[in-house]
Amino acid sequence: MAKIIVMTSGKGGVGKTTSSAAFGTGLALRGFKTIVIDFDVGLRNLDLIMGCERRVVFDFINVINGEANLNQALIKDKRVDNLYILPTSQTRDKDALTKAGVEKVLDELRRDFDYIICDSPAGIEKGALMALYFADCAIVVTNPEVSSVRDSDRILGVLASRSRRAELSLDPVEEHLLLTRYDPDRVEKGEMLRVDDVLDILAIPLLGVIPESQAVLRASNVGMPVVLDEKSNAGQAYLDAVARFLGEPVEHRFVKPEKKGILQRWLGRTA
Amino acid sequence: MSIFRFFLSSPQKTTAEHAKERLQIVLAHERADRSSPDYLPLLQKELLSVIAKYVQIDEKKVEVKLDRGGDCSMLEVNIELPSPDARRKAAAKAANS
Ligand SMILES: Nc1ncnc2c1ncn2[C@@H]1O[C@H](COP(=O)(O)OP(=O)(O)OP(=O)(O)O)[C@@H](O)[C@H]1O
Ligand SMILES: [Mg+2]
Repeated sequence: MAKIIVMTSGKGGVGKTTSSAAFGTGLALRGFKTIVIDFDVGLRNLDLIMGCERRVVFDFINVINGEANLNQALIKDKRVDNLYILPTSQTRDKDALTKAGVEKVLDELRRDFDYIICDSPAGIEKGALMALYFADCAIVVTNPEVSSVRDSDRILGVLASRSRRAELSLDPVEEHLLLTRYDPDRVEKGEMLRVDDVLDILAIPLLGVIPESQAVLRASNVGMPVVLDEKSNAGQAYLDAVARFLGEPVEHRFVKPEKKGILQRWLGRTA
Repeated sequence: MSIFRFFLSSPQKTTAEHAKERLQIVLAHERADRSSPDYLPLLQKELLSVIAKYVQIDEKKVEVKLDRGGDCSMLEVNIELPSPDARRKAAAKAANS
């Protein structure tokens, strides 16, 4: 039986899709059969980030409406074994996402997969509620910035009151914080909230800190989840987060400014 | 005071420290609102209709709050009644019509 993970944030543009692609790929690299589902109806983007946009024929909504079966809509990743993508519809309205329809698809996937990752749209409206409703576990993607932290707190409230687990009084949804776009240099200057500040405020366990990194844009340009860029610090940080998720004790890296060489330091000082 | 003195003299809080403080304050409020049970608005409405049978009141002057304590919670109902003067005027108006 698969574990259902929602990648959620409240606020838009904080890195949910980037994280869904990276985390899903990381789990698959570890040998777990993983599927990433795009819940952002009308704003399909996961396919682009994962580089399978030209292979989309049927989508999530087609499956819900019975116009295609799951096997026709699932896209198997060409680079990583065990990795699958279920794209969303680009055109149809959000009402296509019904609770019963989503449940049917998830139940079918649950039998076959180890992990199901739901890439949530921004906001706390229907699409976001659908993405989190069936979750066993939530990864709350947050940027070290006031509005993102506030919205994360809000989404934690929604998870605790409006998820299936909350409605049926089951064990609560497991919560993890993924702090992304972290810039240790700006933190050091007092210009950005530090990891500990965000942890003090949100009070949920820290899964990982992903540094602000140029590798993320480069990876998205070519449709490659950033974990496949093994040299990048963001890619490594995501792989560390996956290891922690699987229960391995891994120290947090990339939270302190990188030590600069003498030349860089000299240039930095005169700049 | 020159701008330079302003920045150099007093140990200024960093902008990140401001951010943290502001977040702590705003979230304390929002969390309290969130945890108030959802029957409160209805309770407030019904209380209002009961009271309105006896006294004329302004519906904005009724406040229902739940304070959660460790061992017990307290339901606080604040109702502001109109002054006797205002009541007399209202009664006179009603009698005339
Ligand atoms: N660690 C990072 N370093 C630099 N840029 C990043 C990082 N993470 C995400 N980004 C950039 O931030 C932008 C938004 O990312 P992404 O699309 O993953 O966010 P999202 O939360 O899915 O957005 P939406 O709410 O619109 O679905 C992208 O341009 C992405 O390249
Ligand atoms: Mg997205």
